[in-house]
Amino acid sequence: MYNYYLTIVLAPLAAAIVAGLSGKQLRRAGAHWITILAVGLSFALSVFVLKHQVIDGGAVDNFYVYTWAVTDGLRMEVGFLVDRLTALMMVVVTFVSLMVHIYTIGYMRDDPGYERFFSYISLFTFSMLMLVMSNNFLQLFFGWEAVGLVSYLLIGFWYKRETAIVANLKAFLVNRVGDFGFILGIAAIVFMTNSLDYATVFASAESIAAQDIEVISGSPWNAMTVICILLFIGAMGKSAQAPLHVWLPDSMEGPTPISALIHAATMVTAGIFMVARMSPLYELSETALAVVIIIGAITAFFMGLVGIVQNDIKRVIAYSTLSQLGYMTVALGASAYSAAIFHLMTHAFFKALLFLAAGSVIIAMHHEQDIRKMGGIRKYMPITYWTALVGTLALIGFPGSSGFFSKDLLIEAVRDSHWHGQGAVYWIAYLSVLLGVFVTALYSFRLFFLVFHGEERMDDEIKSHLRETPWVITVPLVMLAVPSAIIGWYTVQPVLFGNYFGDAIAVAGNHDVLAKIGAGWHGSLSLVQHAVQTPVFWLAAGGALTAWFLYVKRPDIPATIKDKLSGLYNLLDRKYYFDDLYIKGFAAGGRAIGRTLSEKGDQFLIDGILVNGTANAVSRLAGVMRQLQTGYLYTYAFAMIIGLTMLLGWLIWLR
Amino acid sequence: MIGLQHYLTLAAMLFVLSIAGIIVNRRNLILILMCIELMLLAVNFNFIAFSRYLGDDTGQVFVFFILTVAAAESAIGLAILVVLFRNRRSINVQELNTMKG
Repeated sequence: MYNYYLTIVLAPLAAAIVAGLSGKQLRRAGAHWITILAVGLSFALSVFVLKHQVIDGGAVDNFYVYTWAVTDGLRMEVGFLVDRLTALMMVVVTFVSLMVHIYTIGYMRDDPGYERFFSYISLFTFSMLMLVMSNNFLQLFFGWEAVGLVSYLLIGFWYKRETAIVANLKAFLVNRVGDFGFILGIAAIVFMTNSLDYATVFASAESIAAQDIEVISGSPWNAMTVICILLFIGAMGKSAQAPLHVWLPDSMEGPTPISALIHAATMVTAGIFMVARMSPLYELSETALAVVIIIGAITAFFMGLVGIVQNDIKRVIAYSTLSQLGYMTVALGASAYSAAIFHLMTHAFFKALLFLAAGSVIIAMHHEQDIRKMGGIRKYMPITYWTALVGTLALIGFPGSSGFFSKDLLIEAVRDSHWHGQGAVYWIAYLSVLLGVFVTALYSFRLFFLVFHGEERMDDEIKSHLRETPWVITVPLVMLAVPSAIIGWYTVQPVLFGNYFGDAIAVAGNHDVLAKIGAGWHGSLSLVQHAVQTPVFWLAAGGALTAWFLYVKRPDIPATIKDKLSGLYNLLDRKYYFDDLYIKGFAAGGRAIGRTLSEKGDQFLIDGILVNGTANAVSRLAGVMRQLQTGYLYTYAFAMIIGLTMLLGWLIWLR
Repeated sequence: MIGLQHYLTLAAMLFVLSIAGIIVNRRNLILILMCIELMLLAVNFNFIAFSRYLGDDTGQVFVFFILTVAAAESAIGLAILVVLFRNRRSINVQELNTMKG
């Protein structure tokens, strides 16, 4: 298996290097063939690994490949930990990546940066695989930063657009905030255990939890809580949780395929994966779990609300992604790690599908992204229409779709979690995910109806060119629509209730909400049949009907509501003023501090007084001294006489 | 009680002041002449002080000689100065450099 793992990881890297460095010799077709073959190979082997792990019951592989450095007992190594959690992530990552590779052939057909784009997305696949297959914190951090780097490069892919450059800078800076917490968390782990290895750290989890750290002198905090919260700050940056979410909507400046791959399906879920991977640590800190669930709940509900007022097709889906990431985070906080990973998987499929469908519409509309200028596209683009419908239904949790199983059980897990009966935390989390269902359905179908139904609002020039996109675009849509529709049905039972993850995810006995739900589990069919009895179903249906009423039946109403509730509308339209806070508060504040330090500290104190001041003082002193050194004999004679007199005076009077 | 030491100090201060006057004010010929006079007076002070201290009148006789010579010297000096001014329209010492090699 050793060689398989290495091939899975290194094939995309090799393809990225070849496609990236060979320049024009490879030609466009060469660039896409080599990367698609490499990622296809990774996907095939990942499926094999998954089969080996799940069906053949293969043992968990945990081994080191290379020792980079050993310092004071701390080993920095490259190694792989392949268990069922990893295998699942590998298949999801390589599958979505493969679909996006194929899709890109169509989407980027006329782009001058074609080879560069393929090189980047292959490099991304490599980085993401390094992240999920890591067996130590150092490699996790490497993968973490590498996916961040590729994300940065791809958001700014169209580097001549100013907005793209601003967006990738923003993503980079906001992620630095999260990464700062993350690396502090890793440092705290090394400090407590002197090891970077997962297994070693997990083995000493109990002893870490029994200790206190004084981060601020005089107030001891539980070491495990400190570690978990610091690591979670990293996850907040990468998985775009409030208040570090601001970069994700702006990342939509990048090409649509990477919005699907990086900013919906895989990279942004790295934080979720990381927390699930660290479940043996998180289980030991109630405080950290409370932080996780609250942050997730806030993100899930409030970011969904913003999605309702957005008019850019990709931004609506981006806010939807934020909201769904919030759901996953809530599941993590409720100790339902399996539910979070399950939702991660289904979300990867249907959200990638939605993004790629949006991209298909954007291509057909000649890069018009404003949904107010769309409408009625259904009859021009039937394949896109039906696949987008599948994705939308999966997103809102239509009974039987993949999103139904993951979201419904996620909400059930939150309802029955150990937070039940613990006051505010429980109600914030539960109400957020519950009401979030209505909001999700509302914005999803608002988008859907505005784009595909209703009046045709585009101009005639575009309308005359409007037709279905080529097969390289529609095939990935169909390929993603299939798992979006059905994968939940088949996998829900083993993943959530069949102890699928084995030892990969640890849940404390009294936290094990999934076992509690599992006791009443009667199969997928039963869950679908009972869907109408749950509030989730009615909330989703209500949201969808509201969207239908507002945007198909009576399209004049939304404008009225907007006028009536202009305060609320502005609040949402300005995204709760987070951008203003960061730009006017942190960015402008930082610049003001910088300017003050530059003017007062650097130019005035260091340059003015210390550097130039010293030189000026010497020069002025020299100017005075020069008066003494006239070169005339009589001046020296006079000085001698004065000196002699003073010496005599001293001898006579003062001795 | 004012003793010899005080007189000598006063004389030394006058002498140094006059030297300083010559060196620092190197413009005005009259000032230089006055400083020379002051120097002679400082020497006179010493003579008188020692004469009194040693009980020997020779020093006081010397003072009279010096005063006389100084008066003559001043008269000659001022006469030269007047002639000089008539010729050069200036008594600035620094312009009197026609004999410079």
